[in-house]
Amino acid sequence: MSAIGHYLEAAGLPTVQISLIREHTARINPPRALWVPYELGRPLGVPGDADFQKRVLRHALSLLERTDGPFIVDHDEDVPSGTASSDGDGWVCPVSFPAPAGEENSAAALKREVQGLKPWYDLGLERRGRTTVGVSGLSIDAAADYVAAFAGQGLDAPSPLPELPVAEAFKRVNDDLQAFYQEAATAQPGHGGSHADVLDWFWGQTQAGKLLLACREKARETDDTRLRFIVNGLMVPRLAASRLGI
Amino acid sequence: MARLSDMPPALAEHLLALPCEDMGSTPCVGGPPLNERRVAIISTAGLGRRGEEGFSAGANDYRVLPADLPPGEIVMSHISVNYDRTGFQDDVNICFPLDRLKEMAADGEIGSVADFHYSFMGATDPVQMKPAVDSLIGPMQAEGVTAVVLIPV
Repeated sequence: MSAIGHYLEAAGLPTVQISLIREHTARINPPRALWVPYELGRPLGVPGDADFQKRVLRHALSLLERTDGPFIVDHDEDVPSGTASSDGDGWVCPVSFPAPAGEENSAAALKREVQGLKPWYDLGLERRGRTTVGVSGLSIDAAADYVAAFAGQGLDAPSPLPELPVAEAFKRVNDDLQAFYQEAATAQPGHGGSHADVLDWFWGQTQAGKLLLACREKARETDDTRLRFIVNGLMVPRLAASRLGI
Repeated sequence: MARLSDMPPALAEHLLALPCEDMGSTPCVGGPPLNERRVAIISTAGLGRRGEEGFSAGANDYRVLPADLPPGEIVMSHISVNYDRTGFQDDVNICFPLDRLKEMAADGEIGSVADFHYSFMGATDPVQMKPAVDSLIGPMQAEGVTAVVLIPV
């Protein structure tokens, strides 16, 4: 991000950058930066709070009046207490999934779980008027089917996106499945849970999380270096890995 | 909690180890008063339009986000999983505050909002991004942009 500031400013376009990791910004030294003390993923601070966001933006834009850079200014306003942050506060997903009638394989368990979350996902969609699920272009059922198949068969599982390398298809399916679960979980009443709580729930308690970890093991057995790179570094968030030891 | 001291040690160490080259000092460019500026956003959140090709590892290109694009048409295909996405799921303005800019323009705080905004995917060597960034200078200047807000994720 900071490099873009150098490139544009050198071409005559005034820039101001919001900085999330002060140490990085200080090293790259862009012309103007406003450091904010917010969680990664939330540079404007608080979702749904227009006034809070505008104070951040207004402060950043005000720095354009200065031409004595490079400099980093700190934005002092913290997120309000009680606003979800990445400090776990013990939120528990209130959805209880109906027990299967009899023996159930892992694919069926995943299907049941997805079905159980759909009403909450739909509610979230209605409230927000949008969804971030969709990078794969697949239905959530097709995405879940592929994860279940890959967990069992590895590279022999038929890809639902055959035009893409397996690694890319797997990454997009994984992103959509995680987005579906997160949007469903955070639509539930009483959700004040943090990012860390949602991660703990997904990776520690759901069938989807278990099957994705099984996919990781399958992928690690293959010669597909790109796929191994995805599952080793771009699937399980480091925060979840650290908190859950996975 | 983007303070490294608040993060789990493994995550903080990972972030600190990421390469960040000192690019020296680039002189700041001046401009008109804020209430006369035309403002564009460049995000590095890996945003794009639904149905468009997503970002892949090492991507150094960008996606165009027209100012009239409905929020429901914006998706995120950043390769990193090491940041919160629930905020973006709730409110696109958490990392792409176009609504806030429009309100500020309506209130006369800024001059106007650019017709086009852009997103890169931040987990890429910035040197590799330079040709794509340079290619945006002409289009932004052509529509009279006089301020660019750079927003990470």
